[in-house]
Amino acid sequence: MLGILDAISFRAEAGKTLAIVGESGCGKSVASLAIMGLLPENAEVSGSARLMGRDLLGMSTEERRALRGAEMAMIFQEPMTSLNPAFTAGEQVAEALRLHQRLDHDAAFKAAVAMLEKVRIPDAARRARQYPHQLSGGMRQRVMIAIALACRPKLLIADEPTTALDVTVQAQILALLDDLKRETGTAVILITHDLGVVADHADDVVVMYAGRVAEQARAADLFARPEHPYTVGLLGAAPAAGVRGERLASIEGTVPDLRAPPPGCRFAPRCPFAVARCAEGAPPLAEVAPGHFSACLRAPLDAMLGVAA
Amino acid sequence: MNAAAISMGESPTRRALKRFFRHKLAVFGLVVVIAFVLMALLAPLIAPYDPLQTSWTRIRKPPSAEHWFGTDENGRDVLSRVIWGARASLMAGVISVLGALFIGVPLGLLAGLIGGWVDGLISRVADAMLSVPFLILAIALAAFLGPALENAMLAIAITASPVFVRLTRGMALDAKSTDWVEAARALGNPPWRIGLFHVLPNIIPPLLVQASLAIAEAIIAEASLSFLGLGQQPPAPSWGSMLNSAQRFLTQAPWLSIIPGLAIFVVVLAFNLVGDGLRDALDPRADRK
Repeated sequence: MLGILDAISFRAEAGKTLAIVGESGCGKSVASLAIMGLLPENAEVSGSARLMGRDLLGMSTEERRALRGAEMAMIFQEPMTSLNPAFTAGEQVAEALRLHQRLDHDAAFKAAVAMLEKVRIPDAARRARQYPHQLSGGMRQRVMIAIALACRPKLLIADEPTTALDVTVQAQILALLDDLKRETGTAVILITHDLGVVADHADDVVVMYAGRVAEQARAADLFARPEHPYTVGLLGAAPAAGVRGERLASIEGTVPDLRAPPPGCRFAPRCPFAVARCAEGAPPLAEVAPGHFSACLRAPLDAMLGVAA
Repeated sequence: MNAAAISMGESPTRRALKRFFRHKLAVFGLVVVIAFVLMALLAPLIAPYDPLQTSWTRIRKPPSAEHWFGTDENGRDVLSRVIWGARASLMAGVISVLGALFIGVPLGLLAGLIGGWVDGLISRVADAMLSVPFLILAIALAAFLGPALENAMLAIAITASPVFVRLTRGMALDAKSTDWVEAARALGNPPWRIGLFHVLPNIIPPLLVQASLAIAEAIIAEASLSFLGLGQQPPAPSWGSMLNSAQRFLTQAPWLSIIPGLAIFVVVLAFNLVGDGLRDALDPRADRK
């Protein structure tokens, strides 16, 4: 049994975007699959996940399945392979409606076309009759979004929705997500490793490192005053570098092997501010400013940043 | 991809059909198959004589204007018997393969999608059946069930099913790890819907190819069982049983064995050509060109 995630906690608010940031393999996707209940059966999930006050982990698989697609939906990283090649785009959007709203075939297809218009697919009626291989990547991701939002879910998890798309299309898709979120009041969890995306589209941010939450704050606060050395490193590694003096340009070392995580703070072996104390126990997530949490013994970091530079 | 394909919603089926009809040999095979099917369906209308009518005055007559393919050891018209015999052979081929699909595909889906001990059980039974030569198993089953055409078809269906179990299981396993199955789960599809409405439509093409080749095999199997007296029972005609009675007269009346033998050869070849054509037409790699 591998302890992938450890003590993570966050909340997504209606009509807002919560971004989960971290490098590959830090557990972002696992967290989202755990919420959806899509982890393999041998995965162990403990704690609580609540959607509108209902405990997701406590309910039966069947109850949970009924919520998927209806109350919570997900869009995936790879639009090229996430659509079923055997059915038209319209049929696949219609399926969500038939499954959860019990619409008949024709009504569902009509609603699907309307939904495709809503995600701004030009000439939606014709596109609805096309198969995935006839659509471009951006178009397919729009179809995925239409499927996910067809039943007006309360929660939308977008797992790196633009990673596979080129830059101009990325911006369009994210802007579309923003509009739809405002329009429908859906809470969005945006999983990404792109800090530029976070800055432009997130209200709140959770920074994860090696299966733990490193820092958690409002997006504006996080960018203005990062309070975890890992976040500082990420910001330094991003093209739009920080504002206050010189920052670390890259983070030395690699993500630890989760089968044998380092004792204490998992970032300590790569941390320029690490002290002996850091290896002793996992640093608690402490509130360093109102609504701003950091799992670093040495936060607030202000004093040290000058020294390191 | 050409402009026409982009402008209209062209279904994968249509594109596959287009490719199939560009394949000349496959189309030839299809024409032959259709001709034999029509012959079997219209047997009462086109057979010149009653296939069961014996005559002591026309025993083992060589082909003539009156009897194109000659007469057999009981004076029956060989042409009429070959025409009627097509019914037994084609029915055996098609029905036993349908039966094999009906048994094999659901079991393969269960094994591939559920996995665990269900997969273990189904796969081991299929492996055990595949370890016995096809015909030996069919003969054993047919002998156990008793000699009759229906029993022969059932025996062939059971014997041919492990191939479909294996094929379906493999493809279901592949499909299970795709993003679109994950997406279907994220949409709240119950497992049975994922199997029937998401995975099954995507694995029909290879099943179709396998089925058309299996029909050819099943026709040979039916002929073999009938030859051994385990299929169609005399006096009803079947190509296999005709060969059986013809073997005693190989030198005196070679047309008795050549004609039904040719019929089997041509039909089996035709089904194989259709199968090859389908395989090329349904090859997913062809889509990207």
